[in-house]
Amino acid sequence: MKYLDEFHDPALARTLLDDLHRITTRPWAIMEVCGGQTHSIIRYGIDQLIPEEIEMIHGPGCPVCVTPLEVIDKALAIAARDDVTFCSFGDMLRVPGSEADLFRIKSGGGDVRIVYSPLDALRIAQETPERQVVFFGIGFETTAPANAMAVHEAKRLGVENFSMLVSHVLVPPAISAIMDSPVTRVQGFLAAGHVCSVMGYWEYDPLVDKYRVPIVVTGFEPLDVLDGIRRTITQLEAGRAELENAYPRAVNYEGNKPAQAMLADVFEVTDRAWRGIGVIPQSGWKLSEAYRDFDAEARFDVGDIEVQESAVCRSGEVLQGLIKPNECEAFGTLCTPRNPLGATMVSSEGACAAYYQYRRLDDPKVHR
Amino acid sequence: MCLGVPGKVTEVYDRQGTPMAKVDFGGITKEVCVAYVPDIVVGEYAIVHVGFAITKLDEKSALETLSLFEQMGVLQQELNAEG
Amino acid sequence: MTDTPPNLEAWTCPLPLRDYPTIVLGHGGGGKLSSELIEHLFLPAFANPTLAGLGDSAIVDVGGTRVAFSTDSFVVQPLFFPGGNIGELAVNGTVNDIAMSGAQPMVMSVGFILEEGLPLDRLGVIAESTGAAARAAGVELVTGDTKVVDQGHGDGVYLNTSGFGIVPEGVAIGPDRALPGDVVIVSGDIGVHGIAIMSVREGIEFGTVVESDTMPLNGLVAAMLGASRDLHALRDPTRGGLAATLNEIARSSEVGVEYEERLLPVPEAVASACGFLGLDPIHVANEGKLVAMVPAAVVDDVLAAMLAHPAGSGATVIGRVVEDHPGVVVARTAIGGSRIVDTQIGQQLPRIC
Repeated sequence: MKYLDEFHDPALARTLLDDLHRITTRPWAIMEVCGGQTHSIIRYGIDQLIPEEIEMIHGPGCPVCVTPLEVIDKALAIAARDDVTFCSFGDMLRVPGSEADLFRIKSGGGDVRIVYSPLDALRIAQETPERQVVFFGIGFETTAPANAMAVHEAKRLGVENFSMLVSHVLVPPAISAIMDSPVTRVQGFLAAGHVCSVMGYWEYDPLVDKYRVPIVVTGFEPLDVLDGIRRTITQLEAGRAELENAYPRAVNYEGNKPAQAMLADVFEVTDRAWRGIGVIPQSGWKLSEAYRDFDAEARFDVGDIEVQESAVCRSGEVLQGLIKPNECEAFGTLCTPRNPLGATMVSSEGACAAYYQYRRLDDPKVHR
Repeated sequence: MCLGVPGKVTEVYDRQGTPMAKVDFGGITKEVCVAYVPDIVVGEYAIVHVGFAITKLDEKSALETLSLFEQMGVLQQELNAEG
Repeated sequence: MTDTPPNLEAWTCPLPLRDYPTIVLGHGGGGKLSSELIEHLFLPAFANPTLAGLGDSAIVDVGGTRVAFSTDSFVVQPLFFPGGNIGELAVNGTVNDIAMSGAQPMVMSVGFILEEGLPLDRLGVIAESTGAAARAAGVELVTGDTKVVDQGHGDGVYLNTSGFGIVPEGVAIGPDRALPGDVVIVSGDIGVHGIAIMSVREGIEFGTVVESDTMPLNGLVAAMLGASRDLHALRDPTRGGLAATLNEIARSSEVGVEYEERLLPVPEAVASACGFLGLDPIHVANEGKLVAMVPAAVVDDVLAAMLAHPAGSGATVIGRVVEDHPGVVVARTAIGGSRIVDTQIGQQLPRIC
């Protein structure tokens, strides 16, 4: 694919790696916020190729992983209803709730459908006016404009049988929460490239000022991730803490204005519980008053949800970068992608799943 | 969190009042909503996430970034040759 | 025989079936859920040494002659997809399973389970394709069966084919026969069938020129055997893709497999589709391709024979069988890192992350 393949070039990767090795003189711990970046790091073996001194701490940038258990359980309750066609992104299908997951609901006769875009769910609603069609609106700021458009269009076109179960989360409050933690080891951040395509990166200026850490807006292809790491380390080695954009082809300071206007119309900020982490104030979006009619949580009375997390699961500590997946006792034994205890093992962006799926052999012969 | 891939706009049109486009990802075409890149024209590239163009891809910037990496490589070779 | 319910406690740990007390779609995905269903529910019920080999086909000794016998069922949706329909998939599926033992398929049976209300002209097209595919493969459809189920129970058509062929003297091919030093060859472009199917799947559909690669491989296998009888392993990477097949052989032969990602033949359209859906081509289904593990000494001859055959025109070497990390498949990434390549859990799902 054009403008994608070029950013996999092995020779240029070597160049970036050589530079990184040349400039790194001390141990550093940096966090990549976005699950897509975690995926790239592990999938291309970047963590093995960068200097040993650099520790990549995998951040909570996986909306699948941090969607609160209570919301998952509500989704399952709604999806199990006879009158509902429940549409979702593929990522959510295997996320475990307290007792089941969407696959199990489907196997039990629930009408659960995978869609690529929220507009597909809207179309299904228009095609089947006798059914209630609910879309599972999760994601970070990147996905919010798409979800917002679906609700906006539902209202404009009068598609009354459509509703959305919303659980959006925001990156800057998460960064604050991580840096406010007394046990944080993070010294720099790779900010999430596509979140910034939508929101711009002006929101990170106050974070750089307050916490005195470099924040580098980074893309997702191997060369992008390597360059993001390189620029962050360059700053750290020089004692600088600045905001930089390493993904200029897709990100500018102001962000996408039309998208931001839609977000301001359709959503409003709210406190959100992040699965495994806890409540981070003002860290999420819910539907605004004008669109409350399309809120699936209001439309369907799903009764009292009693959540029950696995007692053994340490997703929260993994999500905050406090432990590595393989430091959890259940990793690879009780908890595997096949039999996940928490969301970080289910989502292919989850740190635990990434570690497991692309795990390393300890055999040095493999690392040629 | 954001699987977004670059694609080239081959057609722009309206569906039920929403601005849409046909986007070519290299042998694959998909209908994409371009409401958030209202000034995009045929021949331009966009980053597409869940069926929406979330930003135009700045081709000049992409080529500059690659060029920067290439120059870095040339410089490294020169330094190695000297050293 | 009593009606004792199965003793879940007796099965090996972990106990996957406990998680899903009913069948879920992932059990048919060709990944880990599928193999666990076979190993933990079916194998114990059927236990016999021939089955335990778990090859694509079973090799049965009939009065001194080795017969390769195979069966396959087809539940694909949609029934008609770019490049073909369920009929030719069903024929080629069993033809290929038999061919992977080195045998030439001789005869086949076909069983139709039809949904009440299925239009006869659609069935006619499928029947025509089934017959044409059998003729193209040089195999006779000699017996069959038809059943009808109530509307709402058959997704239109479910097909089963079974067949057998004779394994030539001196040929011993199986997933447990790969040896360190063997070269790994794929016969052509990967990921094609799965993408063709996905392109017409509701909720995901996209425009593409990709058509299913379904085709019979018995001719290609014959050509390969003509170059050398000493082929070790052959397998067609259907559901679960190349990753599942390499892992099956690695585990069965107790060897390691290593390959270079940059050597994988992935056509541009497949790469693009996988790109925007967040899929990995190595997990995407193929229907007209095979993977071969052959001794290094015969690689040049075998590869030449493959390239000269229409079904093998894209054949290429992708890696080697090694002594290290037995049972594990390792890939060298495009930028020089390495990673373990595992089988997927259930079906591959498009992702947003």
